[in-house]
Amino acid sequence: MSKEPAAPPSTPPDAPPALELRGIDKRFGAVHANRAITFAVAAGSIHGLIGENGAGKSTLMNIVYGFHRADAGEIRVQGRAVEIGSPQQAIAAGIGMVHQHFMLVENFTVLENVVLGVEGGALLAGGLAAARAELGRLARDNGLEVPLDAVVSELSVGLQQRVEILKALYRGAEVLILDEPTAVLTPHEADQLFAMLRRLRAQGKAVILVTHKLREIMAVTDRVTVMKQGAVVAEVATRETSPRGLAEHMVGRAVLLQVEKRPAQPGAELLSVKALEVRDRLGVARLKSVSFNLRAGEIVGIAGVAGNGQSELLEALAGTRAASRGEISFGGRDLVREQLDPRARRALGLAHVPEDRLRMGVVAGFSAADNAILGYHDAARFNRGGLRDEAAIRAACAAKMAEFDVRPPQPELRLAAFSGGNQQKLVLAREIDADPQVLLIGQPTRGVDIGAIEFIHKRLIALRDAGKALLLVSVELDEILALADRILVMNGGEIIGELARADATEEKIGLMMAGVRAEVSP
Amino acid sequence: MSAPAKLPRWAELGLLPLINLGVALVVAGVIIKILGESPLAAFKLMATGALGTQEGIGYTLYYATNFIFTGLAVAVAYHAGLFNIGAEGQAYIGGLGTGLVCLYLGTWPFGVVLPLAVLAGAIFGAAWAFIPAWLQARRGSHIVITTIMFNFIAAALMTYLLVNVLIKPGQQSPETREFSANAVMPAAHELLAKIGITVVATPLNLAFGLALVAAAGVWIFIWRTRWGFALRVAGANSAAAVYAGISPPRIIVGAMLISGALAGGLGLNELMGSQHRILMDFPSGAGFVGIAVALMGRNHPVGIVVAAVLFGALYQGGSQLSFDLPKINRDMVVVIQGLVILLCGAMENVFRAPLTALFARVRSGRGIE
Repeated sequence: MSKEPAAPPSTPPDAPPALELRGIDKRFGAVHANRAITFAVAAGSIHGLIGENGAGKSTLMNIVYGFHRADAGEIRVQGRAVEIGSPQQAIAAGIGMVHQHFMLVENFTVLENVVLGVEGGALLAGGLAAARAELGRLARDNGLEVPLDAVVSELSVGLQQRVEILKALYRGAEVLILDEPTAVLTPHEADQLFAMLRRLRAQGKAVILVTHKLREIMAVTDRVTVMKQGAVVAEVATRETSPRGLAEHMVGRAVLLQVEKRPAQPGAELLSVKALEVRDRLGVARLKSVSFNLRAGEIVGIAGVAGNGQSELLEALAGTRAASRGEISFGGRDLVREQLDPRARRALGLAHVPEDRLRMGVVAGFSAADNAILGYHDAARFNRGGLRDEAAIRAACAAKMAEFDVRPPQPELRLAAFSGGNQQKLVLAREIDADPQVLLIGQPTRGVDIGAIEFIHKRLIALRDAGKALLLVSVELDEILALADRILVMNGGEIIGELARADATEEKIGLMMAGVRAEVSP
Repeated sequence: MSAPAKLPRWAELGLLPLINLGVALVVAGVIIKILGESPLAAFKLMATGALGTQEGIGYTLYYATNFIFTGLAVAVAYHAGLFNIGAEGQAYIGGLGTGLVCLYLGTWPFGVVLPLAVLAGAIFGAAWAFIPAWLQARRGSHIVITTIMFNFIAAALMTYLLVNVLIKPGQQSPETREFSANAVMPAAHELLAKIGITVVATPLNLAFGLALVAAAGVWIFIWRTRWGFALRVAGANSAAAVYAGISPPRIIVGAMLISGALAGGLGLNELMGSQHRILMDFPSGAGFVGIAVALMGRNHPVGIVVAAVLFGALYQGGSQLSFDLPKINRDMVVVIQGLVILLCGAMENVFRAPLTALFARVRSGRGIE
């Protein structure tokens, strides 16, 4: 992620900004989501929009893209005031958006996805041919090479994102909004994305990059707007700021970007895995003879490009996925042979914070209190006689919220109403509160803001220092390097190498992630 | 924040169903007009027929009793993420259980017969729901399809039993002999007479009270027990259920057993309370109306009771209508009921989006341009 010199402005200085927001204001009930937001994005620039989860970035972009209507304020495109009441109107005004969760029809081809909604006639053939020619041009000009006839579900996540960008450009977007685009990408794919964005900038497009990752802002943007609690708190030229300065603006106080920790004091072996194998429904081995152990008082990090067996390993250990062979010894039991379910494993002291919080870790439509007992709902402390002890459930949730600084501290609020960071803190609170011996934790800070990342990292290290064993799976190499005492690298369903933290460098891990074995690399 | 704004609770639970009902009545009114009757007079007749007299109220609540049982059955399955279309067949077979107890043990004291009849209805109904549940849980056979099929199997089975096995000897109509007096549910007018209140005799009976008890029981089960919690988790997010150590197949079977048992309550009202024998097709569509009742009642027991009374009133008012207005026959009444089911059940979301948008505009203080 090297920083290129900023592109020379491709538009004359007196040209109106590509997108200008004036006094945008929006309330949702009692929540003042946007307070008189004013900022402008010049054509031929990349503008960063940064802020913690819940700062109002997504609301603002959803207003610009027509999902929400502002209570007050004005949106101007190329100097003209426009009325944007729907995504269709936004597209007509030349605004395109790439959502964090892609909006693609998975079993359609790339070409079909791009023309979807703009087929240009009753018969597909003509529109598809025209689109093919146009997309060829776009691909040449922007380096947006995509196999047009491939089915979307067979593409990598990085390529799917490229299809989303193509969709926006094909519809004539001059302003391109990307909402947390790197959340699903490997570091390499993220670099490719940034190169693409720089080319779009060179062509005079205005790009808005919504993110909470400081590194990305520093790497690729020209200017950056910082939001906090619905308001703009700073707008600066990127070259005149630093990650630390931005973080302080975002959180409103000085933050530690790297949590301090003492060297690990590993103790007795708590969990050991021998020759563990997991096959998927088609009988393909996703995990091939994996062996390792976890000791008290250490954090073992699993590094690897997403999809190399980390998820399967985590799920096989937690019991949400059956292992086909091998041995998991924990608490004097063999979890594989005894086929213990997640509940039984939890009872033995094996807690699990799943990788995909919304898919597996919580029920979004339920209250925070209900979510705070998920998996522990049978525990005596939450039941009295045959009935749930509602007072105890609420009190336990309130206590967890206080201890883990979950905001707003309202146990009866629907979980979906909390920001990602606060949801994750609640999940973490639930699992740590059960006092486990071993904590399995996947992507602990995915979709989590900086203030919460610092908090979560501190809690994980505190747990380690209390003599627990942690297995950390993360696609963020920074996170592995910041937390792990020992690093296992996975590739193709195998553990391809092990490094002590002291010996680990990004280069060494990167090589292993790409499949180069530790033995062969000097 | 791209999720659509939500309606306030009172609009969600009160206004929206009323709008749906209103539209259904307008469409029905147009049809009545075309038939040459005055819609206003017809609706007035329906309203007074259903709620204007003691007799009307009695019949309305008597019909509502069936709908409460089947509505609860659909709702419990719904909370587990299952669409049980088979309440009709489960009620039919459940009634067989109740009927058999009344026929063969009906001479025992009522205090013994009643719990046995309740139990038998629940067990027979649950057993009929078990097979589709097991097929769904173990084999992945879609429960919507299998429960529909099982309605037909239930109907065929009952026809066979009534024609060949249970029929009272020496008669043509496929019905059993009458239950003995001990196996008859006390009627409401008899019960009220005991405490000195005189009302007109109607088929309304103790089963209405049992239905209300069942509604309260369902509320407690779903929202106040850990089993209900597990059921809701499995229904809302099965991956999260697996993560929490809840077995979705087990929930599927458990929820369907409860669902079938609730549907089996219909026989208490229909057979023990009114017909006093087992006869052909006694659920007469209540299992399907239960789907509309559950949808309209938002799968909440209180909503279900309210919706069941509304549908009871439609049934009673409808029969009054076909009785008094010759141009509107029995089939026309079914059309009106069908419109209400269509608009309140199947199309209940049609007016949600415009209403939500209206509320959002009013709240943002901009009014409508």
